[in-house]
Parts: sequence; structure tokens; C-alpha cells
Amino acid sequence: MMATRPNLVRDVAIAAVALIILLLLPYVWPSKMVNDLIIRVSAFALFATSLNLLVGYTGMVSFGHGMFFGFGAYAFGLSMQRLGVSIPMAFLITVVSSALLGLVVGAISIRLKDIYFSFITLAFQMLLYSTVIAWVPLTGGDQGLMGGIPRPPFLGIDLSIEAHRYAFAVTIMVIGLLILRQIVESPFGYTLRMIRDNSERATFLGINVFRAKLTAFVIAGVFGAIGGMVMALFVSGAYPEFVNWTMSGEGIFMIMLGGLSTFVGPAAGALILSLLNDVITRGTEHHGLFLGAVILLFALGLRKGVTDFVADWFRLRREASSRSGS
Amino acid sequence: MNLAALTDCLTSASCLVTQTTSGLIIGMLLFLVAAGLTLIFGVLKVVNFTHGSFYMLGAYLALTVNGLTDSYFLAVLAAAAGVGLFALVFERFFMSKVYGSNVLMQLLVCYAFILILDDAVKIIWGPEFKSMGMATVFQKPPLFIAGGIVPVFYLFLIIVTLILSLVLWLIITRTKFGTVVRAAAVNPSMVSALGINTGLVYSGVFVLGGMLAGLAGGLAAPVRSLTAGMGFSILIESFIVTVIGGMGSIAGALLGSIMIGLVRSFGSIGFPLFVEGLMFLLMAIILILKPSGLLGKEG
Repeated sequence: MMATRPNLVRDVAIAAVALIILLLLPYVWPSKMVNDLIIRVSAFALFATSLNLLVGYTGMVSFGHGMFFGFGAYAFGLSMQRLGVSIPMAFLITVVSSALLGLVVGAISIRLKDIYFSFITLAFQMLLYSTVIAWVPLTGGDQGLMGGIPRPPFLGIDLSIEAHRYAFAVTIMVIGLLILRQIVESPFGYTLRMIRDNSERATFLGINVFRAKLTAFVIAGVFGAIGGMVMALFVSGAYPEFVNWTMSGEGIFMIMLGGLSTFVGPAAGALILSLLNDVITRGTEHHGLFLGAVILLFALGLRKGVTDFVADWFRLRREASSRSGS
Repeated sequence: MNLAALTDCLTSASCLVTQTTSGLIIGMLLFLVAAGLTLIFGVLKVVNFTHGSFYMLGAYLALTVNGLTDSYFLAVLAAAAGVGLFALVFERFFMSKVYGSNVLMQLLVCYAFILILDDAVKIIWGPEFKSMGMATVFQKPPLFIAGGIVPVFYLFLIIVTLILSLVLWLIITRTKFGTVVRAAAVNPSMVSALGINTGLVYSGVFVLGGMLAGLAGGLAAPVRSLTAGMGFSILIESFIVTVIGGMGSIAGALLGSIMIGLVRSFGSIGFPLFVEGLMFLLMAIILILKPSGLLGKEG
């Protein structure tokens, strides 16, 4: 298996360089605003890239992926507040419980195809949302998880210190994306692409399509929940907006904006949308009006993600140079 | 959970009457929204995620017109006409541009419109909850049926929505437009080859669906509190209804709506905190037993 993956070394090298750059950035450019932005983008990059495992690679348009983001934030926050466990333990609880959630929701939803799948995932998300709103004693209802999430130090890492928090968030993000990249480039990843392109053919080749889709759904859910966990650590709380449908809408917009045909597209989209949201929030009270207008411009005007344009540009340049060379 | 209260209600005639009428109202208003959604999907194979916002727009239009003219009937008419017009613009200038592209683009366009309309409502009518109050025509003492209290307006709502359903059924089954619509749902290229302008049919279906949602919003305005988020909650319920009844099936939407209406009204007595959960549970069970919905076509 390793022989077929010469790219593993390359991927690890790229990830290491990216991580070093991100870790050095606060020393080169000390700005709390930039730090905060990158932490938020880390959370959203995990969220969007995991969603793209479903949408881009498997062709399953989940419109309820925000459910996992919110669930991760609440599961982590509640474990820390109520159980008083260490951060690694709460991380483990979040991963296991979100995998279980993905297993149950996925086992029901994957029976449905196309738009029905989008509906039912959205419906499950709204069920979770209304539970969060209604179960006030546990979740704080529409006020969110109040009182702050305790951040006891572990292994010499103290997440109440801002620099540690930043380093922790970008490390989790880079490792998470590296793992997702390995999944996408593995034989399993190519099975998912085949299911997307021709699921009947996959069935004829003896692939258990249901099981492969369910596995992808669970993996995506777990990484979406890790994104939510990073967010909860950052804001020291969890809020109903994390579970609301707009989260799923933003996730879809992120992967479309960045481009769903490249691996880093969704992460790029997470960065662009976060910047955009900051600008809109600072410039106007009418957030929905302006974000909606930008989305319309994108959907009716650009129609392609930013990294798609970059990839096209490289391809055209390569073709041009090969023509002039021959 | 309060099963004792539920059994008490089910054995008392007055409570049965009250809860059944309120369930029917929830169900019939939901049907008007869900019928448009399922009709648009059946013909265009497009899911109109903004359909809930159409309903919201109808309710707010009715609020304003009722305030200006003090005529509830004018208010409901304005809601239907206004939303129908809006649906026409929305379909012609925005939705029709993304018919050919993938479902993600359609989703994005709808998502953008939900954001814009919610914000527009906040700007025009204010962010706080609005209440229209009972229309002056219906400020009459309630009826007592078998000991149960039934406001006159409730009776009016049930009758009007039933008539509307009948009219919709006649349009779909007895008119030329209905025949073309049904044909376009099955084979749009054949319809087009017969010299019928399918673009016009698509617009017509969108306008019809929009008018139904606007009507539902206008009719619901006196008995609901109006807020910018009201469109999305009815959208989710309409999804549940169409999935239960079978996408594209109007009869299925009627069946699903009444089921959801009754589940909501009786569920609020037995399981006050888990009413939403009950609906999702019902949907999950039906999907597992019959993935295409109760009256949906297989495959």
C-alpha cells in the first residue's frame, strides 16, 4: 500500500511547512485580530473539509452538517463543565459520541437518495436544534452554554493562555486536514469517488455502497465535531447558532466558494467567508442582506470556486507551455 | 411526558373536538404550503427552499393590508397576489438561471434569498414579534360543539382551506393548464416538442405555488405571531410532510399535513416538550418502512 503512495511524504512535508508557518506567524505579525481569525478559520476549515468528503468526494449533499459542528461544541463543553474531565478525555468523548451520532443519523439518512438525503439530514439537524433550545437545564436553551468552559492545563499545554490556544487550534487543524487528505487519497477515497460517479458500477464490483457511504458519513461527522470543539474552546462556550441550519448553509457556501474539486478548496472557502463575514459585520447591521447578495453574485455570476480558477489557470499555462515547447 | 393528560383528552368529547379542530387548522395551512412545494418539485425537480419565506411574506403583507384597509379579505387577497408576483420575479430572474446546474447552486440561490428576505422583513416591519389580532369580521363568540370550544375563525379556516384544496385538485385534473403541468412533470422534452412553452409552464407552477404559500401566510396571520424566522420552521414542516406523503404527490401532501397537524395538536398534550421530536420520529418510521413516502411512486 505504501508503495502506491509516494504522495504521503509530500503531504506530510506540506503539512509540516504549513504548520511551521502558522506557528511562527504570531511572532512575525503579532496581532490579536489575526490570531482570532486564524483560530476561527481552523474550526471552519475542519468543518468545511469534512463536509466536502460527503459533497465533493461522495456526492452526498448533506444539508445538516452543522449538526455535527454544534454537537461537537456542546459535547465538548458539557464534558468539561459537567464531568470535570481533562481536555484530552473530553476530546475523546466528543469524538466517540459524534461518531455514534453519525452512525445513527447516517444509518437512517443514507437510505435516501439525492435531495431526500439533503432533507432528512437537515431535519435531523433541526431536531437537535430544537432539543438544544428546549432542554434548558442542560444546554442553557437559547442563551447557550454559559459560565465558560474550564480549561485545565494538560501535558504542559495551558489553553487559557492565548498563545497556547492558537498553537493548539492550528495544530489540530493541520493534523485533521492531513488525516482527511490521507483518507481521500486512500483506496477508500477512490471508492467514494466511484460511488459518486457511478454507484451501480461500484455495486457490481462488489462494493458495499451503503457501508462505504456510512463510513464516510461517520468520518465527516467526527471531523465536523472536532471543528465545533475547536470553536467551543475558542469562544469558551457553545451557542445554539452552532446547531442552527445557517451553519450548514455557510458550510455549503464555503466549499462552493473555495471550490469543491480541490482538496484545499473548502479550507480556502472557510478563510474567504470568515474574512467576508468580518467585513460585513463591521460595515453594516444588515448581515443577512449583504451576505445574501454576495452569495447571489457568486451563484449567478462566478459559478466556480476560487481554487477552481487557480487550478484552471495552472492547467492553461501548462498546456500553453507544452504547445510552445513542441 | 404526560400520558394521563393525553388519555383524559382522548376520552373526553370536548377535548377531542378542540384538539381535532386545532390539529386540522395546523394541518390544512401546512398543506397549502406543502402542496406548492411538492408541485414545484414534481414538475421542475427543483426544491424551493425559499417556500417558507413565501409564507412569511404572505403573513406580513396581510398584516400591512389589514392595518391599512381593515378588510381581512383584501388582506388575504393581497397576500396571495403579492407573493405570486414575487414568485414570478424570483423564478424568472433567479431560479431559472440555475435549473441546469447542480443542486448545490439551487440551494445557494435559495439560501441567499432566505437570508435576504429575513433581513428585509426585519428592516421593513421591525425585528420584534408582530401580532395581527383577530380580524374584525370574526370577532364573534365561539361555537360550542359537543362541549368543545371552536372559534368561528377556525371553522372559516377549515372550510376555506378545504375549498382551496378542491380548487387546486380541479386545476390539476380538469384544466388544460393542469394537464400540461402533469405532462411536463413526466416528460418535459415531449411537452416542449408539442409546441408548448415549458418555460411558461414552469413560471406558472412557481406562481401557483407562491400564491398558495402567500394565501397560507395571510390566512394564518390572525392566529400566529409574526417573526422573521417563521418561514423556516414551516419550511421544515413542509419537508416532513412531503417526505411522509411522497415528493411530488399532492394527495400525499394532504395526508401528510393532516397527520402532522394531529400529531402536533395531540402531541402538545401528551409530550409538550417533544412535539417536534414526534414529527421527526413519524417521518423516520415512514422513511424506514417506505422510503418513497406513503403515496410516492417507487424508485
